[in-house]
Amino acid sequence: MSTAPTTPRVSTRAVLLALLVLSLLLAGVVSFYASSQPDGLEKVATSIGFIDTATDSMAANSPLADYQLQGVDDDRLAGGAAGIIGSLVVLTLALGLFRMSGRRRGRAAAPSRTG
Amino acid sequence: MHVPDGFLSAPASAATAAVAIAGVAIALRRSRDELDERTTPLAGLVATFIFATQMLNFPVAAGTSGHLLGGALAAVLVGPWTATLCITVVLLVQALILADGGLTALGTNITLMGIIGVWVGYAVFCAARRVLPARLSSIPVAAGIGAFVSVPAAAGMFALMYAAFGATSVPLATILTAMVGTHVLIGIGEAIITFLIVSSIVAVRADLVYGARTVRLAPASPSGSAIYSSAQTDRSTR
Repeated sequence: MSTAPTTPRVSTRAVLLALLVLSLLLAGVVSFYASSQPDGLEKVATSIGFIDTATDSMAANSPLADYQLQGVDDDRLAGGAAGIIGSLVVLTLALGLFRMSGRRRGRAAAPSRTG
Repeated sequence: MHVPDGFLSAPASAATAAVAIAGVAIALRRSRDELDERTTPLAGLVATFIFATQMLNFPVAAGTSGHLLGGALAAVLVGPWTATLCITVVLLVQALILADGGLTALGTNITLMGIIGVWVGYAVFCAARRVLPARLSSIPVAAGIGAFVSVPAAAGMFALMYAAFGATSVPLATILTAMVGTHVLIGIGEAIITFLIVSSIVAVRADLVYGARTVRLAPASPSGSAIYSSAQTDRSTR
């Protein structure tokens, strides 16, 4: 049994919030400054010569395709919006998934500690 | 390292889809043993963070960029089975909504990044953790090492897949050296980012970090440093 730490600790909520804010900032703002060079796989495919066998995915007509929100003229805004929307979709799906799989667990093994 | 449609033959795409489905099915069951009430939301945030960070391509060589894969990072933070699920959700959203990575190639990408990337990263992390001193400060270092190896491992697996089932015929040695060479560089970026994130969370809430649970915190000493007190003590909840 560990005793309560004597130093004030950062709440779980604070950690989660920090991760969320950081993610949204990265996806919404910093992403604009990301390198536009081809990634490692694309570069290898190009230099070896099989890049042209790539076909467009069926999702190519999605309103967020290629990380740009359709209908928004400004590149920075279009990209940032796509990043934020994508992040929130991932967050919603992931939380839903993990909450659901957690609920299927049977009786609790032990009383849970307050977070 | 998102594989587009068309690179691998249709049977190969189907086979990797089967591998991915099996892997995700097992992960769905086993991830329940890794998560508790505090870490379930953390898993959601880890997936979100990986999605966001994968948008940030960084230059690694002339005309080449890389981005975080995130498998090792997720495994160290929330456990390897949960990590597979995190990466799968990210890849799903990327493929379906952002047209990043092919749809028929989704199984391939889940296999490469969600299974190989996660499990090689986690295995190397565990090995490094065993070798390093049993202190909290070793956890981010071990995580960085796992992250570093995971990227060329996934890239190497793609090279093997392509040499066997690719749309064009390429000698294995050619594509293997090209993929592994490039992705060793990307692995350096992966290692740095992983180290920094794991470091930050271990510093404030090591109890939330799955990979740190073998290092027990003693009650805070007057100097405020964490003291290694016991190893491998089992707790029925995390």
